[in-house]
Amino acid sequence: MILVFIEHKNGSLNKISLEAIAAGQTLGKELGLGVAAVIPAGANIGELGNQIAGYQLDRVIVAQNDALSIYTPDGYTNSLEKIIKTQNPKFVLAAHTYQVRDFFPKLAARFGKEMVGDCIRYKTEGGKIVLTRRIFLGKIDSDVVIEGDAPYFVTFQSGAFRGDNAVKGQAAVETTQVEAGEIRMKPDEPFQEVKAAVDLSKSEIIVAVGRGIKSQENIQLAQQLADAFGADLAASRPICDAEWLPIDRQIGSSGQTVAPKLYIALGISGAIQHLVGMKNSGTIVAINKDAEAPIFDIADYGIVGDIFEAIPVLVEEVKKAKG
Amino acid sequence: MKQVANKDAVLRIGKDEKWIDETDTAYETNESDGYALEEALRMKEAVGAGEVVVCSLGPQRVKTVIKDALARGADRAIHIVVDEVNRMSPFQIAKTISDAISDEKADLVMSGLQSDDNGYGQTGVILAELLGIPHATLVIEVDRSSADGAALRLKRELESGWYQWFTYQLPALLTIQSGISQIRYASLKGIMAAKKKEIKEISPSAETQSFDSKQKIEKVYFPLKMKQTQMLGAGDVKKGAVELIEKLRAEVRIF
Ligand SMILES: Cc1cc2nc3c(=O)[nH]c(=O)nc-3n(C[C@H](O)[C@H](O)[C@H](O)COP(=O)(O)OP(=O)(O)OC[C@H]3O[C@@H](n4cnc5c(N)ncnc54)[C@H](O)[C@@H]3O)c2cc1C
Ligand SMILES: Nc1ncnc2c1ncn2[C@@H]1O[C@H](COP(=O)(O)O)[C@@H](O)[C@H]1O
Repeated sequence: MILVFIEHKNGSLNKISLEAIAAGQTLGKELGLGVAAVIPAGANIGELGNQIAGYQLDRVIVAQNDALSIYTPDGYTNSLEKIIKTQNPKFVLAAHTYQVRDFFPKLAARFGKEMVGDCIRYKTEGGKIVLTRRIFLGKIDSDVVIEGDAPYFVTFQSGAFRGDNAVKGQAAVETTQVEAGEIRMKPDEPFQEVKAAVDLSKSEIIVAVGRGIKSQENIQLAQQLADAFGADLAASRPICDAEWLPIDRQIGSSGQTVAPKLYIALGISGAIQHLVGMKNSGTIVAINKDAEAPIFDIADYGIVGDIFEAIPVLVEEVKKAKG
Repeated sequence: MKQVANKDAVLRIGKDEKWIDETDTAYETNESDGYALEEALRMKEAVGAGEVVVCSLGPQRVKTVIKDALARGADRAIHIVVDEVNRMSPFQIAKTISDAISDEKADLVMSGLQSDDNGYGQTGVILAELLGIPHATLVIEVDRSSADGAALRLKRELESGWYQWFTYQLPALLTIQSGISQIRYASLKGIMAAKKKEIKEISPSAETQSFDSKQKIEKVYFPLKMKQTQMLGAGDVKKGAVELIEKLRAEVRIF
């Protein structure tokens, strides 16, 4: 059996869990295994159980304990350990979200195992599963096999499976009370920092800088290009970490998600956490001195070379084009 | 703290296709590990007492990481000497480190969030479980004034600009997210002082080496290109820039 973890906040589904359901269904079909879903639940998760039961699954297990109303790594690990021990799944699958990466390795370690995390695809070879992980910040793919006995803990990267491909069906919902054990951390409510001063989600054109810009002084070069285009300036994480630009300019999984008509990436390598924030842009341009940089994999237009050579020419040409 | 290949290094696939060719690789300290050290040093300064111990597992070359950490202000170090660190799985690494540090009875254990080479993102979390202490990942702020020896308040990063504060029982393990604070440089005085600091070398036990539930790398290779990218300029950046604006005008109709 394959057990799929469903992530939610107060009963509101994190849609990426549908990708995990699709992954479970695909893998289950190929390996001839049934698929069940598990939802850790506090007092009230509303219609979530029924919502998940609308997919083709053997059953939906609602693991209930008031202590699970708000996520904690201890609460989730303790209760899911119990569920896994009674259900004996061969695979435990999840989408590789920030929450999952927080507790999945701990859960796996309870069983003397580790997770194979952030996989982008899999294949089977003679009943054995080979998982592909992207390593070296996106520059290299690595095929891995898992040794030893089940259960195997596997997480898939966002986009590895399509949520709309999760097959609809009719499953039974089983609610069981579960022990949540000792919880050694006390969570406050999640919050958003004071509303971001700049909302880049509505930008038509974005010029984004990465570590290739080298220094704080050079940021104004990128600003000149942004001004020429009439674009907004944005950045990858290291630029905001260094406080060269404020954090509300950060694009990516921890920052803003944008989809402008045009996205120009200057000296950005293209790590997955950056790509998820901008991959739906209309046209993507990448300028990078490394021809192998992963950003080129999603770019429509690419220039291999030094951004400091390119920027002045671009500024001139944009001005000419605009007349 | 882990030593990893330099981010700007040109990577080549090794002969056995199981790892990169490390013949003349330049190395650096894993990015988030530098932030973890900084946070540990700031914690010690805030509390005004205690000791910061650095632990690194890897071949002799990781001494560079250790010495740099000592120069920045760590008090002493433990070097677990292992030649083929990249053949070890995260559970194996965590178990080996756990065996090496459990007697230290640390009040706080800090690791980086994720290694820039293998990117397992789990060594710290498994280590916490093996040490029997709670953990928090993606820690982006620590309320150092809250540290009273029994509890600690910390802020975790959630997705898309959300955050959450937690109060943790100590001892605890935190995996530190890049950007938590600004990293100090080693001073000349620090570099001199580091020469006298202790680096204890230890070898891992055979038991950790025989862990049999590990993920094993079968093959590494460059990703297949998924998208047809129009490469412009053919090596001439200026020409590429001119072509680009022409394309944006004619094909994308930006202007
Ligand atoms: C949980 C988690 C969350 C994260 N969240 C985010 C996020 O929200 N947003 C984000 O961006 N990252 C995020 N990251 C970090 C991410 O993994 C990468 O480390 C980061 O995106 C890299 O930024 P970069 O491309 O600017 O730097 P690097 O990866 O260092 O790339 C710099 C690039 O510049 C090129 N370059 C250097 N000099 C020049 C030059 N003169 N001309 C042209 N090119 C040059 C280099 O070839 C290289 O490709 C997150 C990581 C984790 C683990
Ligand atoms: N060989 C190692 N030596 C010391 N620390 C390590 C080692 N491998 C991993 N770590 C720590 O665990 C964190 C997460 O690594 P990983 O699980 O590989 O992503 C790193 O940021 C380091 O702090």
